[in-house]
Parts: sequence; C-alpha cells; structure tokens
Amino acid sequence: MALTNEIIQQRLTDKFGEQLTEWEQPYGLLTFRAPAEMNLKVMQFLFDDEQLRFRFLTDLTGVHFPERKGEELSVVYHLHNLFENIRLRIKIYVPVEKPDVYTATKLFSGANWMERETYDFFGINFVGHPNLIRILNVDEMDYFPMRKEYEMEDPTRRDKDDEMFGRG
Amino acid sequence: MELQPHQQHHIKLSEESLQKQTTTLNLGPTHPATHGVFQNIMEIDGERVLETVPTIGYIHRAFEKIAERRPYYQITPLTDRLNYCSAPINNMGWHMTIEKLLGLKLPKRVEYLRVIIMELSRIADHLVCNSVVAVDTGALSPFTYVFQHREKIYEIFEEICGSRLTTNIGRVGGFERNFTPASFSKLHSFMETFPKMMKEFEGLLNRNRVFMDRCIGAGPISAERALNYGFTGPNLRAAGVDYDVRVAMPYSSYEDFDFKIPVGTVGDVYDRYMVRNGEIWESYSIIQQAIEKIAKIEEEFPDQKNVFYAPEADRYHIPPKEDVYTKMEALIYHFKMVMGEIDAPAGEVYHSVEGGNGEVGYYLVSDGGRTPYRLHFRRPCFIYYQAYPEMVEGGLLSDAVITLSSLNVIAGELDA
Repeated sequence: MALTNEIIQQRLTDKFGEQLTEWEQPYGLLTFRAPAEMNLKVMQFLFDDEQLRFRFLTDLTGVHFPERKGEELSVVYHLHNLFENIRLRIKIYVPVEKPDVYTATKLFSGANWMERETYDFFGINFVGHPNLIRILNVDEMDYFPMRKEYEMEDPTRRDKDDEMFGRG
Repeated sequence: MELQPHQQHHIKLSEESLQKQTTTLNLGPTHPATHGVFQNIMEIDGERVLETVPTIGYIHRAFEKIAERRPYYQITPLTDRLNYCSAPINNMGWHMTIEKLLGLKLPKRVEYLRVIIMELSRIADHLVCNSVVAVDTGALSPFTYVFQHREKIYEIFEEICGSRLTTNIGRVGGFERNFTPASFSKLHSFMETFPKMMKEFEGLLNRNRVFMDRCIGAGPISAERALNYGFTGPNLRAAGVDYDVRVAMPYSSYEDFDFKIPVGTVGDVYDRYMVRNGEIWESYSIIQQAIEKIAKIEEEFPDQKNVFYAPEADRYHIPPKEDVYTKMEALIYHFKMVMGEIDAPAGEVYHSVEGGNGEVGYYLVSDGGRTPYRLHFRRPCFIYYQAYPEMVEGGLLSDAVITLSSLNVIAGELDA
C-alpha cells in the first residue's frame, strides 16, 4: 500500500501521541511541529521504521520569527522517503536566548555543513556537532546576519519606506 | 633529529616542522586545476592525500538575505548566479516555486518551451563538466569541440531572452516574450549538428585507454554513503541510485516525456562522466519530443502559437513592452509590479527541480508581503561537496583534482 500523508501522520501519532502538533499539509507537503528536545527521536524513528523509511535529508535550514516570544528561532527539516517518493517537513522552535538543538550529523552525514550554515546565519547551537564553526562568513564575525534585526540596507535610509510609495 | 648546518642558520623553522614527514599543500583558492574558487588544505605524503580540509565561502554574496528585501521578480537574477553553468534551470525552478505558491497552471505549450530551455542548459552544463574532466586528465582538444556547441546553445538563449550566461529567462507564468522564428531556426540547426559533434566527443574519450585508466577507480563513493551525504543529480546516479526529480516529482509536464535515467555502479570519476554523457543524449531526445509536441499543439490549435504565458498570471507576469505602451491594464500592472505593489499570498512552499548538479530546491516562507519572509536555496553542490575529503583521502593528489572537476562543483552554487 502506498504511503500517504494520512498513514504517516497516524503512524507518528501512534508513536509520539500528543507531542507532535500543528499538523498541516501546505501544498500537499505533510508538516508538523515537534518539541525541540525530541527532534532526534522523531527523525530516528522516521529513519528506522520499516514502513516510514525517511532516510534522505533533503534540506535543513533556519527561520527567525522575532515576534514569537520564547520560540524565536525555528529549524526546518525536509526529509524524503526515496522508496515511496514522499517528503515531509518537521519544524522545531527554540528561544533565541538558548538556541540549543541536538545535531542530526550522526543520522545524516550531510547535515554537517547544513547545520554549520544554519549556525553561521542564525546562531542555532547544534549540541553534539563535531565541528560547529562558521562556514560561509568570515571567522571574525560576531553576529548572526540572517536574524531579522540586521537590516539589508542602511537602517537610517528612508527613501524606500512604504509611505514613499503611497502605501503607509 | 640533528639539524643540518644550513637548516640552523637560514630559516628559523619550529622543531616539529623539521620532524614532520608529510607535506602541507595549500591547493587554491585560485589555482589552475580547481576551476573556481575552492581552497583545500591538504596533508600529503608524497603523492598520497592523507587529509584535506576544504574552506568555502570565498564568493558568498548573501543571496538569501538580499532576497528578503526584493520583490519576487527581482529574485530571478539572483538565482542565475547560483549555478551559472545552467542558469535557466534555476530561473525556471524559481518561477515554478512562485507559481506553486499562487496555484497557477500553465498552458502545455509554455511548459514544453520551458522543457526545451531546461534541457538545453542541462546539455550545456554537462558538456562543460565532462570536457573539463578531459582537460584535467590532459586532453585539451575535446574541450574546444564542445565549446562550439555550447556557444550555439547560448545563441539560442540570447535570441529568446537577450542574454547568454546569466539569463534571467522567463517570468512568473511563462516567458517574457514569444519565441521568435529565428530562435526556432537556431534550435533546429543545433539539433542537426549536435549529434555528430557529440559522437566525436565520445569517440575521443569513452573507450580511450588512457582516459579510462586515469578515471576508473578515482574518487569513488558508494550509494549508501552518497545517500547519507545527501547527494542528488548525476553524482548520485553515478553511484547507482536512480533518483531524478524529473521522474520522482514531475514538474513542467515532464511526465509527458519518454526518457531513461542513466545510472553508474561504483560512483567513480568514469561513472560520473558516463552518466553525464548518457544524460546529454536523453536531454537531446527530450528536446526532440518537445519540438514535436509543440508542433502538434500548433497544428491542432493554431491560436496557441501566440501563447507564451498563462493568462490568469497577468497580475504577476510583467506584460510585454508593446502592451505596456498601448493597453491600460498592461500599463497598470507593469507599474504596480515594478513599484512593488503586488503582494503574494501567505504560505510555505518547497519546490525542487532537477538542476545540472542535482535537486535545486527553493524553500519559501511568505508572510503575504511583496518580498519573501524567508527564502532558502537548497544548493546541491553545497551539500555534496562536504563528501569531498572522504572521496579523495587515501588517493593520489592528481585523482583529487579530477574528482573535484567530475563532481562539477560550481563556486556560485556552493557559496550562494
């Protein structure tokens, strides 16, 4: 029987119960939220389970939501089951003051640089990562540039504000 | 170890460096054998690579940050500069991501035209990679042969969109203008002359004893390790896994085409070379099929000849210039789009296409504004280049060079 989003959701709910929340299917891609400290347990289960077999890490990245107090930073995993050809998305949220997330490098060697990139740009601390140093930015950089508090352009510049375009 | 007199007086070296039996070699960031900005600090024992540490980020341009400040149509030129050997595939992937967000369905003719563009750029991408592998093994002439035909592909792009390398081709909902008769005649002339050149290229290398001895067994990776590292594209298929986004998750009507996925067995330089060659022929056959399908559509529905974008996309598709000057709606939409007045719906999309090097993915989070809230590029090069140390350690230094070129690591895609 082909694996569908409903079967995956059922299987995960049977295993983890109410701990997995915010089930959605935007544009057909099964998405859910896991508690930050459970990310590895969920991914290990998805990897090992004979029915689910999500053994390919497609993408790993961060998103910054400064207005969500206590869960400002998000880590988004895209996993792929190459046998049944189906993807899913896991999201976890951590506070910006203590952005600790367990590393997935033991499960996926490819997570190594993706986590370094996410650390480099968002400052997410991947606990247990073998070599968590900056990768694309210079080593001397002392901030995390993809966070929303760093403006793209000179913050004193007013000529691109909304009111200049009749919007504000 | 007793220091020799000349060592004592001239250069003050630390005791350990005199004791050391191996050599530290700094290969790159600019080196004739690396074809791009890659630095590897290698520890070599004679010709053997014991350890290598890649340093990346030399041409990092913060595209993901810039994209958070740009309206959607202005992000297309950023995607050009990821894998600049096959820029049109990146452009199309980005348009399709927005089309997915908007829920647009394109006319078949437009999708087939896109397939032609994407397969042409795949041919150009693989030609560069394979001929560069030949250059690194010491054969320069195949490189000059294929560049004539790469030039022909770029002339087709030039005829369609006005530029060659970083194309910015297409718009959300279709193309910026219809294909001219000249672009079709250029395409037909390419289709006529290409097989002869390609056979000649293959004749020079495929069963060439020197080339085979040089490439077989160099820089191998097993299917299991390749999957664990997140390999996609020709490099994964060379290891024997038939994962191709065009087949697994068809986009732009790839399900209408009949083609094979070439696979290798051991994932060494020779397998990667052969897989790319096989894909060039498959791409060639896909283009042929697309030309036939377009001709069939135009025969059945003659008014389809002028369809080059989805009519329902007109709020997001920058109108043709002649319409802007003559029609009120076109002028309004053009103005609103250029001034950044067009909001995209809120949503979260992941869309991927089969790029020259593998799965090029776009993870887009939109909060309903005129720019993305967050845009992440899944760059296949960035993901598989981290396996490079594992692939070359224990091998010869010269194998490390051809492994790098056969992986087709593109600095622009690596560093974003």
